[in-house]
Amino acid sequence: MIRYYLEFEVPIEELELKIDELKRISDGRDIDLSGEIKKLEKKVKDLRSEIFSSLTPWQKILIARHPDRPYTLDYINLITDDFIELHGDRRFSDDPAIIAGIARINNIPVFIIGHQKGRGTKERIYRNFGQPHPEGYRKSLRVMKLAEKFKRPVITFIDTPGAYPGIGAEERGQAEAIAVNLMEMSRLKTPIISIVIGEGGSGGALALGVADRLYMLEHSIYSVISPEGCAAILWKKNGDLGADDFAKAADALKLTAQDLVKFKIIDGIIPEPLGGAHRDPEGTSKKISEYILTAIEELKTKTPGKLIEERYKKFRKIGSFREEKKE
Amino acid sequence: MAWFKKTKELRTDKKGKIQEGLWVKCDNCREIVYKKEIDRNLSVCPKCNYHFRISARYRLKLLVDEGSFIEFDENIVSLDPLNFNDRISYKDRLKENQKKSGLKEAVISGDALIKGCPVSLVIMDFSFMGGSMGSVVGEKVSRAAERAIEKKLPLITVTSSGGARMQEGIFSLMQMAKVAASISRLKENGILYISILCDPTFGGVTASFATIGDIIIAEPKSLIGFAGPRVIEQTIKQPLPDAFQRADLLLEHGLIDLVVDRKNLREKLAKLFELLL
Repeated sequence: MIRYYLEFEVPIEELELKIDELKRISDGRDIDLSGEIKKLEKKVKDLRSEIFSSLTPWQKILIARHPDRPYTLDYINLITDDFIELHGDRRFSDDPAIIAGIARINNIPVFIIGHQKGRGTKERIYRNFGQPHPEGYRKSLRVMKLAEKFKRPVITFIDTPGAYPGIGAEERGQAEAIAVNLMEMSRLKTPIISIVIGEGGSGGALALGVADRLYMLEHSIYSVISPEGCAAILWKKNGDLGADDFAKAADALKLTAQDLVKFKIIDGIIPEPLGGAHRDPEGTSKKISEYILTAIEELKTKTPGKLIEERYKKFRKIGSFREEKKE
Repeated sequence: MAWFKKTKELRTDKKGKIQEGLWVKCDNCREIVYKKEIDRNLSVCPKCNYHFRISARYRLKLLVDEGSFIEFDENIVSLDPLNFNDRISYKDRLKENQKKSGLKEAVISGDALIKGCPVSLVIMDFSFMGGSMGSVVGEKVSRAAERAIEKKLPLITVTSSGGARMQEGIFSLMQMAKVAASISRLKENGILYISILCDPTFGGVTASFATIGDIIIAEPKSLIGFAGPRVIEQTIKQPLPDAFQRADLLLEHGLIDLVVDRKNLREKLAKLFELLL
């Protein structure tokens, strides 16, 4: 198997290659290297916990964008049964950057909506790198309305660099599509549970995120602007920006799950296996599924009126300001 | 004193008067225009009808009945939840912008009369950190919507903004959900909401309250969109078509109801109130 290592994982890569080599040498021969291998495996594990317990925000972004990281469809396959995908916004087209459909989680029927990135060049282009057009947002709203009609909870998976900035997207009302989603989600008469599984990129992410419960995977991020965009605005260096600048911007933006829990913006962090979700997609799915089921349990007894009232208050109170006394 | 001033210096000061320079170059048609002529013309280019960006205070003067404005929430000021520093700290940047604009934040809000009709009013000011929406702007918009519901007044917003305010990070992003939720309540209560888009309106402001008005009006030639033209150009690696993201093209694409000249705005609003209230 070809494994993809991030730059800060290079020491891990070196050790794992060594383990592979030892295994190859001992394979089918009379040399017992198992003691040596065990020692190295323990070393890898220790090293990995050391590296992953002190990740910088920029390193977390790299994990959130990791090409092997599970995407919405991976989780749908691992968590749900009987998934039926629904297509199209009934107005213009079907947007492959957003998946929507019906399925069962632990025998509970739910509607699932999520951004979808592609794996491999061809699929990445097909999915537009997970950047939706207005049609994607309109499809998701159409499906949410179905969920409301059939009184099913809505689960959304957030994973996008942002809504697509293109000519067609603008001409067909990208801003309006997002705005309408925000407005309609705030008054949808059925529970909404959102999970940031990778990148929560600005308004394009929020358009699936006005939820009763909002969770983030341990190494996911959620931000008003990408660190690249932020760095370009702050330190205009004629395109000469590098990883150091992005890392600095990532620090400043406070965009990790750990930051957002501190700010009380999210309701909890879903732990990832050591090394990130892609090291154990099944294990990650199990955890996600637990969080979803607990949230459904908490929300299902609430009347639609109470649900909407609490959702409104949840967002209404967000803000960081003070009121000075009148002179 | 310079005879010719480039567009940047044409930005108005807090009283809405165009600053020094007898002649100015129009942002849109690049014609050199006598500044007094623009002054007389409500800051509209007499050659091409481009509507220059104007301060919130000047907008107020043009829009509402004289002496009718009662300002609310003028003492809400931003905190610095991220402890954000770029070249200067966010706290200092706020102070600098307060000094420069004479405003506490990028928006003023309150009750006023427009041709005798009482309204709840929100006006953004681009000169304050690019009219960006942080916690204070979000809070003032939400409160204006709540006042509109409580007093059964139409809500009027006049936007001019680059979008969400980066320096408040996730708090700014969440303001989008907050104000959209407030507008949703407004609609459920049957309250009229008219959104007036001015040059420029982008990002988190168009993608929240500005594009969900019952009626959406834009000033001629205003630049309006989700992503900025430079970002789009860098993404698609092609030059953008003429008039892209300009008000008239938005009208053509069915994204707004009306394009109205600044000088006719009061009249048009009064007519709409007459027909709808």
